[in-house]
Amino acid sequence: MRTIKFIIQKEFLQIFRNRGMLPILFVMPLIQLIVLVNAATYEIKNIKVFIVDQDQTQVSQQLTGHFEGSKYFTLDGHSSQIAAGKEAINEGKANMALVIPHYFQRDLKNSKHASVQLLINAVDGSAASVSQSYASAIIQGFANQLTKESGAINISTGNIRIDDNNWYNPELKYTIYMVPGLLVVLVSMIGMFLTGMNIAREKEIGTIEQLNITPISRYQFILGKLSPFWIIGMGELAVGLFIGWLLYSLPIVGHLWLIFAVAAVYLFVVLGLGLLISTVTETQQQAMFIAWFLLVVFILMGGLFTPLESMPIWAQKVTILNPIAQFIEVMRNVLLKGSGPLDIRFQFVDLAVMAVVVNALAVMRYRKTHA
Amino acid sequence: MRSFRGFVIKEFYHIIRDYRSLLILFGMPAVQLILFGYAIRNELTQAKFAVVDPSHDVVTTELVNKMSSSHYLQFDGYLKSENDIHEAFKAGEIKEVVVFDRQFAHKLTHDGVADIQLIADATDPNMGRMITGQIMGIIQQFQISGTAGGTPGRIQITPKERMLYNPDLRSVNLFVPGLIAVILMLISALMTSITITREKETGTMEILLASPLRPMQIIIGKVLPYFFLAFLDVVIVLGLALVIFHIPFRGSVALFLGESGLFALTALSLGLLISSVADSQQTAMMMALGGLLLPTILLSGFIFPVSSMPWPLQWLSAIIPARWFLVIVRGIMLKGVGLAIIWKETAILAGMTLVFLFVSIRKFKVRLD
Repeated sequence: MRTIKFIIQKEFLQIFRNRGMLPILFVMPLIQLIVLVNAATYEIKNIKVFIVDQDQTQVSQQLTGHFEGSKYFTLDGHSSQIAAGKEAINEGKANMALVIPHYFQRDLKNSKHASVQLLINAVDGSAASVSQSYASAIIQGFANQLTKESGAINISTGNIRIDDNNWYNPELKYTIYMVPGLLVVLVSMIGMFLTGMNIAREKEIGTIEQLNITPISRYQFILGKLSPFWIIGMGELAVGLFIGWLLYSLPIVGHLWLIFAVAAVYLFVVLGLGLLISTVTETQQQAMFIAWFLLVVFILMGGLFTPLESMPIWAQKVTILNPIAQFIEVMRNVLLKGSGPLDIRFQFVDLAVMAVVVNALAVMRYRKTHA
Repeated sequence: MRSFRGFVIKEFYHIIRDYRSLLILFGMPAVQLILFGYAIRNELTQAKFAVVDPSHDVVTTELVNKMSSSHYLQFDGYLKSENDIHEAFKAGEIKEVVVFDRQFAHKLTHDGVADIQLIADATDPNMGRMITGQIMGIIQQFQISGTAGGTPGRIQITPKERMLYNPDLRSVNLFVPGLIAVILMLISALMTSITITREKETGTMEILLASPLRPMQIIIGKVLPYFFLAFLDVVIVLGLALVIFHIPFRGSVALFLGESGLFALTALSLGLLISSVADSQQTAMMMALGGLLLPTILLSGFIFPVSSMPWPLQWLSAIIPARWFLVIVRGIMLKGVGLAIIWKETAILAGMTLVFLFVSIRKFKVRLD
C-alpha cells in the first residue's frame, strides 16, 4: 500500500510541475465544453429563399408574403428567371428557390389546383428535408386560407387533430443534449492521452529502468499510474456537470450518485486503455497516434453527434465495444430522463467487463524485464 | 542550396525509416474514411415507436399499419396505458409513442374531430423532430386520401420539390467530403507539430542550429516531406470516397488536387506553429489533438451547419481552416463549381497559411535556452 502511495505522489508531482501542461489539462476542456456546446445544433433557421415569380399576380405575391412572414425563411432576391434562382443556389447565396409558374392565379381560380416548384440545395440532405417540410407547411397553410376565404367548404370536418409533445426536452434545446456527451469526450480525451503517453514517455527518456529495479509489483505499478488520472477525471466530471447546470440549466432528473458510480468504472476502462496502448508502443508519438485513432472512432461512432440508430446494423452491434458510447447513453438517460439502475444495467455490466479485461491486459503486457 | 537539399533528404529518411509511423500515416486515414463513411449517417432509419390505442378500431389499426410500413419507422408493440410511457422511454429503446383517443373512429365520423397525441422522446431534439414529422406526414396523407375525394372546392397547391446536387438526400454525400477535410487537417497538423519538438527533446536541435541552414530553410525543409505524404493521403482518401461510396465528382479534378495541396499546406503550417510554441512533444501533441479535434469537427460545418450556430460561434468558426476547405470540397465535388465561385475561400486559406508560416519563422528560436 505504501509503495502505491509513493507512485501516486510521484505522478501528481510530475503533473503539477509541468507548467505548460496544466492549462491544457484543466482549462482547455472546460472552455471547449462551454463554447462548443453551442455549435452542435441541427436547428434550421433563416433559410435563404430566392423567389422566382413568373406569375406576378396578387395571389403569387400573397404566397411570397407568407414566406417573408415566416420565422424560418428570409427572402434573398427576386427574379422572373429560373436560371437566376439556380445560380443563387449554386453560388451559395440561397438555400432554396421558390418558383411560382405562369398562370398560377388563373389555374387556382379555374381548376382549384396549381403547383409551385421548390428548388432546394440538398448537399446537406437532412437540412434540405427540414426546409422542404417548412416550405410545404407554409404552402399548405396558404391553400387552406384560400379555401376558407372562398367559403366553399367547412374544412374543420373529418379532421384528425394532432397534438405533439416533446418530453424531457420540451424546448428542443440542443445544449442540454450535448453537454453530457461532450463532457464524456473531454474527460476521456484527457485521460486517454495522458495515460497513453505516460509509460511510453518513461521508456523514451529512460526512467522506466529506474522504476523496473524498484521492488514495486506490476499491479501496484498499474494502479499507481492510474489513480492520479482517475482522481483528475472524476474531478473534471464534477466540475463539468456543475458548469452545465449553471450555464445551460442542464436538468439533473436522475440520481447523481448513479452517474458517479458508472463514471468510476468508466474511467478505469479509458485509463486502462491508455496504459495498455502505452505498454505496447515504444514512443510517445506512436502511443498518441493509436490513442487518437481509437478516440476518434469511439467519438464518431458513439452516438455523440449523429444518432446510433442511423448507423448500419453492424456498426450498431460494434458499439458494445465502445466505452464512450455506453457512458454517453448512461449520462443522457440518467440526467435527462431520470433512468434508474435497472434501466442502465446493460451499460454498467458492459463497462465493468471492459474495465476488468483492459486492465488485466495492461498488467500482463507490462514487463519489468526487456524481452 | 546544397545543404538545404541534404536537409530535406535527411527529413525524408527520418520519416520513411519509421515504417510503423508510416503505416499509421497511410493506413489510418484510409481506415477512418471507410469506417466513418459507413457509420456516420443522420437519416432516420427504423426508429422504434409504440402505440397506446384504447379504441382499437378500423381507423386506428389502419393508421398503425401505415406507420409500420414506412421504412423510417418500426412498430414496437402496444403499451397498456399512458402511464407506461415514462418507463418505455427510460429504457431507451422506444423513441416515440402515438396515443389515440378513445372511440377514435366513432368520434371521427360523428363529431368530425378525433385526437391523436404524439409524444416524442426529445432528449435528442433532432431525432424527436424527425420522427414526429414523419408520423404527422403519414397522418396527414391518410387524411387527404381519405377525405379529399369527397370535398370538392378545396383549393390545393402542390409543391413539387427538386433536390439539387443530392437528389436521394444521402447523408454520405455530405459527410464523406467533410471527412476528407477533417482527416487531412488532423493528420497533417499532428505530423508536423511534433517534428521540431522532437529535435528539441532529443537534443539534435543544437546540431541543426549550428549548421549553416537558415531558420526559414529548416522550417521549409521540415514541411516539404510531409507535404508529399499529405498529398498522397488526399489521393488515397479521394479514391476511396469515389470507389467505395460513389460520391459524385462533378467539378475539376485538377482544381480539387490544387485546393487540397493548399489546404494540406495550411494544416502543416499550423502544426509547425504549434511545434514552435510547445516545448515538449507531449505539450505539442496535446495542443494538436486536444485543441484541434473537437473544434475542427464541431465548428467546421462537418456535421452541424455553420449557419445554424449562434453568431459569435459563426464568427469564431472563421478561424478554423477546415471550415473554408469544406465549402471548397463540397462545392467542387457535389456542385461542380469552379474557381470563380470559391476564390474567396481559396484566398482565405492562402492567407492563413502565410500567417502561420510567418509566425512560426518569427517564433523559431535560433538559440537554445
